[in-house]
Amino acid sequence: MQTMSQTQTPDQEPVFQLKGSMLAITVLELAQNNLEGLDRQLAAKVAQAPNFFSNTPLVLALDKLPPSEGAVDLPGLMRVCRQHGLRTLAIRASRIEDIAAAIAIDLPVLPPSGARERPVELPEPVVEKKKPEPPAEPAVKPTKIITSPVRGGQQIYAQGGDLVVISSVSPGAELLADGNIHVYGAMRGRALAGIKGNTKARIFCQQMTAELVSIAGQYKVSEDLRRDPLWGAGVQVSLSGDVLNITRL
Amino acid sequence: MAKILVVTSGKGGVGKTTTSAAIGTGLALRGHKTVIVDFDVGLRNLDLIMGCERRVVYDFVNVVNGEANLQQALIKDKRLENLYVLAASQTRDKDALTQEGVEKVLMELKDTFDYVVCDSPAGIEKGAHLAMYFADEAIVVTNPEVSSVRDSDRMLGLLASKSRRAEKGEDPIKEHLLITRYHPERVSKGEMLGVEDVKEILAVALLGVIPESQAVLKASNQGVPVILDDQSDAGQAYSDTVDRLLGKTVEHRFLDVQKKGFFERLFGGN
Repeated sequence: MQTMSQTQTPDQEPVFQLKGSMLAITVLELAQNNLEGLDRQLAAKVAQAPNFFSNTPLVLALDKLPPSEGAVDLPGLMRVCRQHGLRTLAIRASRIEDIAAAIAIDLPVLPPSGARERPVELPEPVVEKKKPEPPAEPAVKPTKIITSPVRGGQQIYAQGGDLVVISSVSPGAELLADGNIHVYGAMRGRALAGIKGNTKARIFCQQMTAELVSIAGQYKVSEDLRRDPLWGAGVQVSLSGDVLNITRL
Repeated sequence: MAKILVVTSGKGGVGKTTTSAAIGTGLALRGHKTVIVDFDVGLRNLDLIMGCERRVVYDFVNVVNGEANLQQALIKDKRLENLYVLAASQTRDKDALTQEGVEKVLMELKDTFDYVVCDSPAGIEKGAHLAMYFADEAIVVTNPEVSSVRDSDRMLGLLASKSRRAEKGEDPIKEHLLITRYHPERVSKGEMLGVEDVKEILAVALLGVIPESQAVLKASNQGVPVILDDQSDAGQAYSDTVDRLLGKTVEHRFLDVQKKGFFERLFGGN
């Protein structure tokens, strides 16, 4: 202990800060060890929603593979995903050979799943009928507008766009948007903007008494928010770097 | 056009059955042919509050299962000509009710009655879901207390999303807020939420405020709906509530602390 205190330099500026962050992440749960099949089916999904598959971070889940399936060719699997725009960050596995394969290529291993995830809803298929030329600009998703109170236990997600709530949001209600969130009634629930990682997203509310606000995974809970002098006021929440800024509207 | 009215809350013990009995009786008193249906299968109470527990032969589950017809199961109130009760079963549980069975019974009741008052069980599970599913209007009973308000908020969310009207895209269920067990003195001391607080959190039109009253317990034990005790504050408040439900404009009473007279202050307990 003494030697440690001698080597410490207490007046040095901290080089880093560790922060907890919630990220929306796609999990690919493999049901069969069949690379060709995966390749074909992924190609079909990409054709449905090309925007979804552009450098999308991915966790490869091998823990739902039936035990009868043989050893997985992990580098091959990652190559297939990579070709379709999915970038593997980590695997989730329970079998010892899968874990060993991941360690061999220096890929992080996550523990097997709890029950926290839901199936991802892909954006609606873009091409129903074959169009001769692909659209140059991606179509703007219309803003989702909610006019009745959002009650505790309800969850509203504006996929690919903004969410506007004209009415009040109760404690225990959850607003999610890929873009910005506007609340014109009393805001007492949770608001998570830019959940796909858009750090430019903002939250606007007339009366900020939220349980939680989050932009691109950086969040503050009401215990912190309550200390803010702007608690209860009309504010906007924006992200700069990894700091959530709350400013008066 | 018959109306199905659900009395619901989410939380237990807030006064749903007392309210169902009072409102149903009040509607009958004003000349509307009314039936009160107890959806609390397994924990039936309505028959006790209505004072007809000794005359229950067949119940709601019997009718749903086709073991009895409605005429056999409907219990006529002893005091009022056009008031009936459909009791819940004490020996079964909520799974004994099916959506099709409940629909059939309610539609049949709609043919002969002006108002069908559904007394919902606590919770948000099957019994409560079926009680509100077919409703046209809902009375959400709330105590001025945070957990009750939160549960009512959840129930309002379900009314707006999980009812037949919501699923069919028809006009939404008309929602009314009824605050019960209100104690103005405790509100002024800050021990209880005030009417304005509850209204603001729930954002629903206020139908009535029933004061905390000895008369409610007395009436329950005697099997007389408290609305018939027209001397009591709770009975009068329920009367006003029924008038408002029928579209009359009636000022809210019993919201403020009663000023105590000189002798009351000298001799009155609290």
